[in-house]
Amino acid sequence: MQGNTTIAVIGGGVVGTAITRELSKYTLDIVLLEAAPDVCTGTSKANTALLHAGFNADPEKLKGRLNVRGNELYHERIQHELDVPIEWCGALVVATDESERPKLDALLDKGRENGIADLEIVEGNRLHDLESTLNDDAIAALWAPTAGIVNPFELTAAFANNAVENEASVELNAEVTDVTAVGDTFRVETVRGDIEADIVINAAGLYADEVSAMVGVEDFEITPRRGEYYLYDKKMEVDVEHTIFPVPSEVSKGIVVTPTDEGNVMIGPNAEEVDAPTNKATTRGGLDEVLAGAQKTVPELSKDDVIREFAGLRPAIKETGDFRIQIERDDPGFINVAGIQSPGLASAPAIAEYVVDLVADLRGELAEDPTFDPQYSGPPKVRHMSHAEHAALIEENPEYGQIICRCESVTEGEIRDAINEPVGARTINAIKRRVRPGAGRCQGGFCQPRVVEILAEELGVDETDIKLEDDGSEVLIGETKELLLAESGTEVRVDD
Amino acid sequence: MTETEMERAESAQSAAEAEQAIRRETHDLVVVGGGPAGLAAAQEAYDQGVEDIVILERDFELGGILQQCIHNGFGLHYFDEELTGPEYAQEFIENVAERGVDIRLNTMVEEVTDEKIVYAVSEDDGLTEIDAEAVVLAMGCRERTREALDIPGDRPAGVFTAGTAQRYINMEGKMPGEKAVILGSGDIGLIMARRMYLEGADVEAVLEILPYTGGLTRNVVQCLEDFDIPLRTQQTITEIYGDERVEGVTVQEVDKDFEPIPGTEYDIECDTVLLSVGLIPENELSEGAGVDMHAVTGGPVVDDGRETSVDGIYACGNVLHVHDLVDWVTEESMIAGRSVAKQLQGDIEVREDPIEIESTGAVSYVVPERITKADDDREKLPLYLRVYAPMDEVFVTVECGDEQLAREFERRAEPGEMITVDIDTEALADLPENRLTVDVVPKEEI
Amino acid sequence: MSSDTVEITCIACPVGCDVSLEVDDGEIQSIEGNTCPRGADYAKEEYRNPTRILPTTARVAGGVLPRVPVKSAEPMPKPELEDAMAEIAAVEVDAPIELGDVIVENVCDTGVDIVATRDLPATEE
Repeated sequence: MQGNTTIAVIGGGVVGTAITRELSKYTLDIVLLEAAPDVCTGTSKANTALLHAGFNADPEKLKGRLNVRGNELYHERIQHELDVPIEWCGALVVATDESERPKLDALLDKGRENGIADLEIVEGNRLHDLESTLNDDAIAALWAPTAGIVNPFELTAAFANNAVENEASVELNAEVTDVTAVGDTFRVETVRGDIEADIVINAAGLYADEVSAMVGVEDFEITPRRGEYYLYDKKMEVDVEHTIFPVPSEVSKGIVVTPTDEGNVMIGPNAEEVDAPTNKATTRGGLDEVLAGAQKTVPELSKDDVIREFAGLRPAIKETGDFRIQIERDDPGFINVAGIQSPGLASAPAIAEYVVDLVADLRGELAEDPTFDPQYSGPPKVRHMSHAEHAALIEENPEYGQIICRCESVTEGEIRDAINEPVGARTINAIKRRVRPGAGRCQGGFCQPRVVEILAEELGVDETDIKLEDDGSEVLIGETKELLLAESGTEVRVDD
Repeated sequence: MTETEMERAESAQSAAEAEQAIRRETHDLVVVGGGPAGLAAAQEAYDQGVEDIVILERDFELGGILQQCIHNGFGLHYFDEELTGPEYAQEFIENVAERGVDIRLNTMVEEVTDEKIVYAVSEDDGLTEIDAEAVVLAMGCRERTREALDIPGDRPAGVFTAGTAQRYINMEGKMPGEKAVILGSGDIGLIMARRMYLEGADVEAVLEILPYTGGLTRNVVQCLEDFDIPLRTQQTITEIYGDERVEGVTVQEVDKDFEPIPGTEYDIECDTVLLSVGLIPENELSEGAGVDMHAVTGGPVVDDGRETSVDGIYACGNVLHVHDLVDWVTEESMIAGRSVAKQLQGDIEVREDPIEIESTGAVSYVVPERITKADDDREKLPLYLRVYAPMDEVFVTVECGDEQLAREFERRAEPGEMITVDIDTEALADLPENRLTVDVVPKEEI
Repeated sequence: MSSDTVEITCIACPVGCDVSLEVDDGEIQSIEGNTCPRGADYAKEEYRNPTRILPTTARVAGGVLPRVPVKSAEPMPKPELEDAMAEIAAVEVDAPIELGDVIVENVCDTGVDIVATRDLPATEE
């Protein structure tokens, strides 16, 4: 990889890809550099997937303003442009004790100040009719119907794919090792070669402080804050319909209970500072805390029907507790987009818009690209089709008739589509994030061998080269018989 | 027409075209699943006079899980000889082929309705809607995962269910790792310990949370002791660690409530964790069809013909309850096949007063759960049951009020080994009440 | 030679008796711990000449699968299992294969053949 570009975006999370797509509206050369073999492998892949309404946003903080604007953008544009699951299921902040009422009222006032539509306090039967899974002790809740949930994997992939369709480049496996100013450009060194860029945008998430330090901006530190989660089977009978928050206390924000876009229920996160940006291990204590916290609002939840546990890391800047999005150097231009913890997902489109303004500050007015097409469609979703629709699709392409993942009804056609998208899936987890094989109750027990086979065939590599995620995560170590031959020092004899 | 009207007309037209893309067929019997259960049910139904049978199989070949169970130990009851899984399967595959049963491979059933409409998809045939007179559910089971066990830690490559590893090794010819720890000492775990060892991998330990193994003694001897693989009971994995690939596991001893005992932690380095921690009947289709489910077996509630609570829908094999021996799957599936045939031929009488069968005491479950057929050329009616915990020298009893219908001695009863007890069908003719209770009691209590 | 105690777990039934053999100079002197005559028979045979069926796989060229399951046609001496695995590992056979086909003749000079345990068709191409 080498060459010149106008803008290099470092980091292919939801923020980096949203920025790249937003910039692709203009006549700019843009390259997104992502260290991992896929987009959406850091903070963006393991979070609560919420599009916060913004009632809790602090208008004094950047993240508060961007949250409110981000939610508007999802309603007004993103959901119409990108073929991404978004459900406006609404959120409830639930009080279980009279002492918590003043906090609800305060949230209501703050939300109205922030211009959030349709907020109200609901109580009594109306509350329990609205959300039947709530604890009997729930006495009142702030109801925010404009809150939503999104599929963060599909969203990030859609941003990236749409950006590439609009002529941006996305380079995977391109970890940035240094950024150096050379005259009026930056030399961005990666493990796959160097590129020259007029402007560097740092959206490196958990590594944003490290990247920033490469250009000498070292006055902030990213603290990885781990949050653990349980994800439940779609067929669980505890049918949570809205995102449920407890009233936050002085010590804890509380555990969220929420549906996902695919109809699972998810609970989490706790919050624990960890030492390394790679520490995504779940812990007994953390998971127990999550379940106990969730049971406060939805007491029927248990460990039954859990199909997955996971942890994600939020990249927090502790000193400010805010996003840091600003021009740090102006010639050549370096923009930090750092500290994007919650509500980063909800804010992503607004962050992108904000960053475009910063780029315009550096370069003067940007010229719109008349060929920009904001529409993007991902692979078809057989699991959401009627029998007739599915039948018609198979007539078009028989590979949509071969079901690979039984739990999620994912076909061979969808898996091949995921591999052949503009930013194609290259790993087992990348395919799972885009089209879901292995995301169901058997967790890939049946379909993983088939996914490995299809990936190897599409990529023209051996099955033993197929990885779960990063380098070193190959699923298979080799062929049977090889260990025995190595031990005995013999070779294969071919019998006729 | 306005633009909207035109759009509507177009979408109505495309909906109509889409409807036409569905293939429609009718068949006497649709068997969902071409493993040992589906094959035996189809074979027996055919032999009892049902000719229009379709087997829908999701894999590229028949035989189901037996094709990857390459070890011996199958068939001692049914064939009176010891076969490997593939040999056992091939016998039935040849039988259904000889009978000209319609076999559709690479075909996934998406839905079965309570009206016995079956929706199946495949690359070759597209989407087919089959209106069936009878349906046999024979989808088998799936494995419990790491998630079901709630084992915390990292999520690296190298964690497999034993069955997935078995498929990789035995069918795909791929090695999942070279230094393994196996959690769960059921037969699959034991078999995979030997398999990995003989392929040149190290097997560091087989861990079992219970105080006793869940597998056959024979497998403990021939799969572990033969190769000095340690079996550690009352221990479990409490953490898996490793960045990209498994680097090791933390193991802890557990108390009698299976809670890890603090201070007993130790680590085992390994690159692979195999989980053999239980099987779950795969009943998503059954639930979709609205059949009543059994809380203990995880399968449908069935009568003596293996008919579910929905008329004409039958279930047999591991979808009904998890079996330890395929021989019993065959026997049970033949009961289902025979019952289907009699029903389709109008040759079955339904009892006016169905008999409920209850498990009590040491018995965790009994299949079937009720007797509704008044089918009489049967001499014996076998009941399948399991106990909660191991017991030595017991009697299995079937009672109705004060009457004892059956009593059989077992030298040892274990949860891992299904027990069968036969009831004499003549004894069912005149019962004091419509309820049987099945128990397993120590010899000295009799 | 002095006398030894050999412990053998009987596998004749699920009881799994721990059978103890007193052995003097390779001769069985006494058998204890078994609860039925089958236990004594099993323990004697397992001490004198332990044998096992060996189920494994062999490489296949041109088949619908890259391996075919195989087994020793009869129980073979237990001490030879690992050498047999190495010998089988070095063999590759061409599809199609039929159940019962001999894959390795007289494995490790034991007089036992390794045979296929299923039909394996060739790929259609």
